[in-house]
Parts: sequence; structure tokens; C-alpha cells
Amino acid sequence: MKDLICIVCPKGCHLQVDEEHDYAVSGFGCPRGIAYGKAELTAPTRTITSTVRCRGGLYPRCPVKTSKPVPKASIPAVMEALNGVSLTAPVSLGQVVLADVAGTGADIQTTRSMQQR
Amino acid sequence: MYDCIVIGGGPAGLAAASAAWEQGLRKILLAERDVELGGILNQCIHNGFGLHYFKEELTGPEYAARFAEKLRETGVEVRMDTMVLDLKGAPGRREVHMVSRDKGYCIEEARSVILAMGCRERTRGAISIPGTRPAGVFTAGAAQRYVNMEGWLPGERIVILGSGDIGLIMARRLTLEGAKVLACVELMPYSGGLTRNIVQCLQDYNIPLYLSHTVTEIRGKDRVEQVVVSQVDGRRNPIPGTEMVFDCDTLLLSVGLIPENELSRQAGAEMDPRTNGPRVAENMESISLSGVFACGNVAHVHDLVDFVTEESLRAGAAAAHYVQSQGWESADGEGPVLPVQPGPGVSYVLPQAVRPAEMDKTCTLSFRVSQVFGPCKIILKAGEAQIASFPRERLAPGEMERIPLPKVLLERAQAQSVSVSVEEVSAQ
Repeated sequence: MKDLICIVCPKGCHLQVDEEHDYAVSGFGCPRGIAYGKAELTAPTRTITSTVRCRGGLYPRCPVKTSKPVPKASIPAVMEALNGVSLTAPVSLGQVVLADVAGTGADIQTTRSMQQR
Repeated sequence: MYDCIVIGGGPAGLAAASAAWEQGLRKILLAERDVELGGILNQCIHNGFGLHYFKEELTGPEYAARFAEKLRETGVEVRMDTMVLDLKGAPGRREVHMVSRDKGYCIEEARSVILAMGCRERTRGAISIPGTRPAGVFTAGAAQRYVNMEGWLPGERIVILGSGDIGLIMARRLTLEGAKVLACVELMPYSGGLTRNIVQCLQDYNIPLYLSHTVTEIRGKDRVEQVVVSQVDGRRNPIPGTEMVFDCDTLLLSVGLIPENELSRQAGAEMDPRTNGPRVAENMESISLSGVFACGNVAHVHDLVDFVTEESLRAGAAAAHYVQSQGWESADGEGPVLPVQPGPGVSYVLPQAVRPAEMDKTCTLSFRVSQVFGPCKIILKAGEAQIASFPRERLAPGEMERIPLPKVLLERAQAQSVSVSVEEVSAQ
């Protein structure tokens, strides 16, 4: 048995996951907790949010995120890949700036529009 | 004369202005001191916003963009780079004094006003940490802006005092950007942030959380060189001999937020010392200023923007109703005003009063507990009589709780006041 706190939503349900019985989850408040409990012990993932360089914009950094959760172990590689991205304003919201980041199958997309300075 | 002036273009102001428009007001002005709408959401680039309201997970800028877009589709007049300095006037004819480079100093009149100025961070001065006064002491929100918008890393070896959500989020953010976060230090025996943030921001990155500890000295001449951390006893006094010294160049403070209410005070709004915001009724209208509404973090500090939105939509709709029904004609309202009070185990309740005659079917009561509770029940009383109880597995001061107050129960009880308290339930 492993005790976890669900991070899917701010409620923070206290989960128990039984590794020996096919990762059966109890203590969840909704079905997303079941999926999270199992995934957290078998293949944990996170959505990564960060920023990339942006030239000529209202601000010098533009926020981005992975288009879907990526394996936890790939976080350093994703962050490294972001260092090589440089945008030029104007930028629109949801624009893909890096496809298949670090071989995760997820794209990096912008999370705001950036007008020119 | 405007129907409504909204002060602040963050999540509260955006939602309130949209709702006032949707309810039929056509002369609305929104004043924002920054150069863009969205407020603090623009620097909150992490995700987790919108799960309640949009049923999907958004980042702060995405959440802000949805509401800014919605507002653009209305005819609400928006003035950026505009600072509101004073609020005067009488019911039905409020005067909002504002200044901008564009228009200079001007006074605009409005039938109703919505206060949506948000909050600001407590600083080193507010908590009096001993030691020298070097560079390198930042509030967590200031650091967040430097990193996420301006592109500066505030330091390389970092200690965070306080475990509020912004501090926890910054612990992860700074780690991802290559800084070393040595510790997160919390005075109380429990965290002030959401549990999920302890997991995904500290535990994911092996950052230690020291509960019942505080920073007792800051060392360094020009720049922070060391901070001293001590354990505290049950009365929050440092225990001699427990000092730990961290070699670091930066101390971040995440030690609470203060609703930004200079304007509300100047205007003469009656304040609640518990929330540090104006005392409001069930429709978010100030108890003492007819036609002045408050919503979002200016009324009480929220954990989740979704609830700010919900509260602000109500405030905007209520302002529209006030104007349409010429509420200033009957400034004192009709029927009784029942105070809503925090009972044992509860540190504040909002709204601070309800007027059954003005209520919808139910009214949401928002509150925080004053300590961590295990299995417990929330008790809602009208006068001395219990009218409802709500079981909970766990309650913590860091997580705002909400319960419904049904109008029918309130009327049946015919009481003079309402209170919310929390009782531990002994294990069966």
C-alpha cells in the first residue's frame, strides 16, 4: 500500500494505492483520482510550464506549456530544449513553437499572445 | 455618468464587468493601472487554473485571455495605465478620481462602483526579521514576475520563508530554471498552501519543508550571504540551540497577502479586521456604502481564481440590479440585516451579513478554519439553533471552504444572526 495525495485538482484527495493488487486505488473523490493513482506509481507524468525568449515583445519572455503531460523523467530534457527556442513578437496564443519536444510526443505551445513593443 | 465603474482589470474586475454588461448595463468603465488586462494571472504561468469554472486545466495567462477576450466582445470601456486615487460621492452618484498619462486627472461619476483591486504581498517589514538589510530579499510574487515575465533569475541559492502557494510554486519554478532551493521554512505546524502544491512543487524536487521553523536572522553586507533558521515552540517563539545556517544569496518571502483597500478605507467602507476587506452583504455590496461592491481578493484572499470569478460574476450582476432598480432610492434596503459571524474553529466568514429579503434561494458562505481539523463537521446556526451541518474529512486554514446557506431554512428559523463553526468528530 502506498499513500499518495492526488494533484489533479486543488482538492488534494488522500489516495491509497495497492501495488500488489493491480494498483487498485481507494480514497479518490472522482475517477481522475483512480487514473492519477495508478499512473503515479507506474509511469508518472507532469505538464511542464515555463517560458522562452521573445524578441521585440511587450515582455522579453513568453510563457509556454507542453501540449500534454510528459514523463517526469523527461523534465530536465524538456527544460534544456526550451533554452534553444527564441520567438519574435508578435506571437499568438496556442502557437506551437517546438514539435515533439525531447522525443516525448508533446509539443511546446505558447500560453499567451505577445504583442510587439 | 456611468452606470458602473469597475476598479481593477484582474480576474475579479474582468468577470464583474462582463457580468454587469450581460445583465444589461451599457455604460461601464473599467480602470486598470497596468498596461494590459489580466492582473496577477499574467505572471502565474503554471497550470491548474479553471478546473472548476471551465472544467479544464489552464495556465494563468490562458485563463486571463479567455476573460479579456470576452470583455472585448462587449462595449465595456477600458482605460489602461490608469490609477484610481480616490472614491467619493453619495449613493447613486459616486465619484471616482483617476489619473493617467493619457487623460491626466479626471473625475468620473457612476451609479455603482465595483472594487476589484486585488491584494498585495506582506513584506519583510511586515514580519520584522532581525539581521542586516542586504539585497536579495524578495517577496515570492516579485520573484515570480522577474522570472516569468522579465527573464531575470533573482538568485542561485535560495531559501523560502512561508509555505503559501506562491512560495511553493516559485520553489519549483526556480529549480527548473537552474537555481538551488535549499529549504522552504514554515512558522506554523502546517503548510499555508494547497496540499497538491506541497506534492508537485516540493516533494517532486526533493525540497525540504521545515514546519514549525522560522528565519531568525539574515546575514550579509551588500547581498544576502546566510540566513539562520530556528525551530519554534508552540507559542511560535524560537527555541535556542536549534539554529541551522543556510549559505544562500536569496531569501524569498511567501508570508501572506493583504487585500489592497486604501481606496475602500478612504471611501469610508466599514472594514472587517479578520478579512482586511470591506464588510459585504450576500450580493457583495458594501454594508456601509450603498452601490459600492467588492469582489475577489480585495474582499478576502482566495486560493483559487475560479472562486474569484464566481464571486465577481455575482457582484457584477448585483451592481446591474442595483442600477436597474435605482437602489440608491432605498439606500437602507428593506427587511432585516442579519450579521454572519465566525464561531469556534473559524477565522472569518464572508459575506459578513445577509438580508433574507434580498437573497436568492441560497447564498454561498466562504470561510477559513483557524486550525487543521481531521474528521469534523461544519455547523451552520441561525441564532442558537443549528440549521445545517456538513461533514468533512479534513479542513486546513490554507484551503478556503464554502457552504450553501439556504434561504428557506433561514426564514424558517426567524433568527437575528447566522454563525459558522467547526467541531472535531471523534472516531467511531
